[in-house]
Amino acid sequence: MSENIALARNYLNTPRGLKSWLLTLDHKRIGVLYLIAIMASFFLGGVFALLIRWELLNPGRDIMGPDTYNQVFTLHGAIMIFLFIIPSIPAALGNFVLPQMLGAKDVAFPRLNLASWYIYLFGALFAVYSMFSSAVDTGWTFYTPYSTETTTSVISMTMGAFILGFSSIFTGLNFIVTIHKLRAPGMTWRQLPLFVWALYATAIIQVLATPVLGITLLLLVLERVFGIGIFDPAMGGDPVLYQHFFWFYSHPAVYIMILPGMGIISELIAVFAHRKIFGYNAIAFSSLAIAFISFLVWGHHMFVSGQSPLAAMIFSFLTFLVGIPSGIKVFNWLATLYKGSISFATPMLYALSFLFLFTIGGLTGIFLGALATDVHLHDTYFVVAHFHYVMMGGTVMAFLGGIHYWWPKIWGRMYSEFWAKIAAVLVFIGFNVTFFTQFILGTKGMPRRYYNYLDQYQPLHAFSSIGSWILGLGFVVMLVYLLHSIYRGRPAGSNPWGALTLEWTNSSPPPPENFDEAPVLTHGPYDYDKVLVEEGSPARA
Amino acid sequence: MDSTGTLFMPPGRSTIAGEVDTLFYFIFYTSVVFFAIVVFGITFFSIRYRRQRKAGLTSGLAHNTKLEILWSVIPTILVVIVFFWGFKVFIKMHVPPKDAIEIKVTGQKWFWTFVYPNGSNSLNELVVPVGKPVKLLMSSRDVIHSFFVPDFRIKMDVLPNRYTVTWFEATDPGIYNLFCTEYCGKGHSEMLGKVKVLPEREYQAWLESGSGGGEGKTPEEFGAELYVSKACVTCHSVDGTLLVGPSFKGIFGHVTQLEDGEAMVDENYLRESILNPQAKIVAGFEPVMPTYQGVLNDRQLDALIAYIKSLKE
Repeated sequence: MSENIALARNYLNTPRGLKSWLLTLDHKRIGVLYLIAIMASFFLGGVFALLIRWELLNPGRDIMGPDTYNQVFTLHGAIMIFLFIIPSIPAALGNFVLPQMLGAKDVAFPRLNLASWYIYLFGALFAVYSMFSSAVDTGWTFYTPYSTETTTSVISMTMGAFILGFSSIFTGLNFIVTIHKLRAPGMTWRQLPLFVWALYATAIIQVLATPVLGITLLLLVLERVFGIGIFDPAMGGDPVLYQHFFWFYSHPAVYIMILPGMGIISELIAVFAHRKIFGYNAIAFSSLAIAFISFLVWGHHMFVSGQSPLAAMIFSFLTFLVGIPSGIKVFNWLATLYKGSISFATPMLYALSFLFLFTIGGLTGIFLGALATDVHLHDTYFVVAHFHYVMMGGTVMAFLGGIHYWWPKIWGRMYSEFWAKIAAVLVFIGFNVTFFTQFILGTKGMPRRYYNYLDQYQPLHAFSSIGSWILGLGFVVMLVYLLHSIYRGRPAGSNPWGALTLEWTNSSPPPPENFDEAPVLTHGPYDYDKVLVEEGSPARA
Repeated sequence: MDSTGTLFMPPGRSTIAGEVDTLFYFIFYTSVVFFAIVVFGITFFSIRYRRQRKAGLTSGLAHNTKLEILWSVIPTILVVIVFFWGFKVFIKMHVPPKDAIEIKVTGQKWFWTFVYPNGSNSLNELVVPVGKPVKLLMSSRDVIHSFFVPDFRIKMDVLPNRYTVTWFEATDPGIYNLFCTEYCGKGHSEMLGKVKVLPEREYQAWLESGSGGGEGKTPEEFGAELYVSKACVTCHSVDGTLLVGPSFKGIFGHVTQLEDGEAMVDENYLRESILNPQAKIVAGFEPVMPTYQGVLNDRQLDALIAYIKSLKE
């Protein structure tokens, strides 16, 4: 690969011009557009996170007052959830990779795909508007009656989330049809890469659960504007009903966030252990099992909300059930390492980080699923730590692994492996310093969403804040070498990792139509026991 | 349990705390074992099967029925045990004993009020006897709050439209932290209280003295005490700092700007502002103060006003 890759015809340079990007129907370009928007959101949410940790360095005021603090933690949560983590893997990486993995030219509905990006931008504008007009201060959960009483701009943020929901539904719908209809000849359901299975399970939740969020947020807006009274006790409404509605979406949404991450981890472990994945069926079906059970566990957010003990008991039991498939996946990934040929390239470092952190995230979920211990831990920093271990230690690590894995395919160039490893280590250490500390803060009784706190919690808070700086540094390093690699990185070649899935059979970056000839499948996605493939040479289709 | 608690848990000071902690540490140590297995597996395989040269064909082993059943069934059994255990203790927390002392708890932005069986009340300080079950019947005047005493391991949301109930039996005299754990706005992290656990006889004496207090103190001293104990301190400073509400410093005897017009700060103005806070809103502040009607008696009002009078520039 000594020729100048900028000259080769590929989706990045054919056709040229800003207009050709903004009106593109190419899933790869839309994936890149999503990637840019999502990284901008992640940056913004990250800045808010650093501000939160700075303010919490000492009790009382450090850099902002209580009103500002309440707005900052709300914006951190809302941006990270609605603008970053929900669309992150499916809309950016999924868009780029899915059709290529299937051997297809594009998704089933390219125009709908572009529309979903514009709807995302439109929703994001509402959210950004809300930031500048007395930013919302309700927490990302918008609990009533606080959210109907506060004077901050709840409506623009909830309308933003409402609109973003449609973007999510369209992407999900598109993926379901694409996976059903556009698989390459010979690709049966049991030869689908596991990332595709994960996107499929995710898409089902996106399509079925997101409308409920839309309805809930619309009711909240109606409540604020017209005082319809559905959540207002003075008019016979019930604020706890809001919580049921909200979590009916938002718990499945947790799996919209983590399932695609699990899909990426299945790819990474198999590729970098160079090994047939252990328990393909178990991993694929556990994704579907998680997707379905996830609809039935929302009440575990509400064990102390005043819901009946009978309901609490049922939700607790179902919560434990949904944990089992995740546990099975972890064991399958572990078993895949057995007798493999393990490489520790950067994507694999993130995959191993994921195994480590997600296991902690999952196990600490048991404390919260068990009724008696949840009573003590609910709404403390233990919960904050738990969901950051799952969402950041899980999904974000998988996302970063995926970014580093498909980066050479997206841009045709390789980043600096040295700096990438430095950043991965910084992120891993920074993350644990920041968030493991918060488990102890939580069990000791420190409530979440507190602007001020008792002196006894100060040392742990300070330690956690120091962790956030290490974490921030890791991301700055990452930003620098990734941007640098787009312009100066060495050409990556078509299959730098020696992977067997179809997206590695075309050139990097891929041609606009993905494949020069329609690929025909001759082996499974993980047949490392049958097909000899070397790093740098195209995977043979 | 010792006074500092264990690595993870704060000291346990209620009859239920020990049971919660036992379950906590059961889950904890079981989790540590599973975590150790995963980390050991990653580490061992990573070293043993690291790529040495170019990767060739590798093992096609993709199933092992015995192993897969084992790693599905063992965790399932363990979580079912945890589920039943958690449920059993939860039900205990949920059902107060019949002979429990019933105290009415009201949460509002941003303080707690407690009304005792004999009608006396207290603010931000819940006073209870040691060794007696106490049932809390709770409701909110505004948004949702949550009543959390870490040392007792109890927590329950406090709702505006219905009563919620929790109970505890304190095992040791002492003073324990009470937090609001449902986000309720600007003063959420200041909505702190204490639970004061007294020996039975002292509790009775406290009840009989009424919650009035202030015996043997000048009105100014008593007012200064009420300023803290009745939670004025949460929103009003005495040093000129602007919090949720205006500072008390030097306001007496001066004209203050209202949202609509102005007013002279005298005894009647202060009395009205305490009992009917929405009547006159000082310019630049939000009308968020709750009424103290029924919370302060006349002697307490007099003392508080005397205290505010004493706060000169």
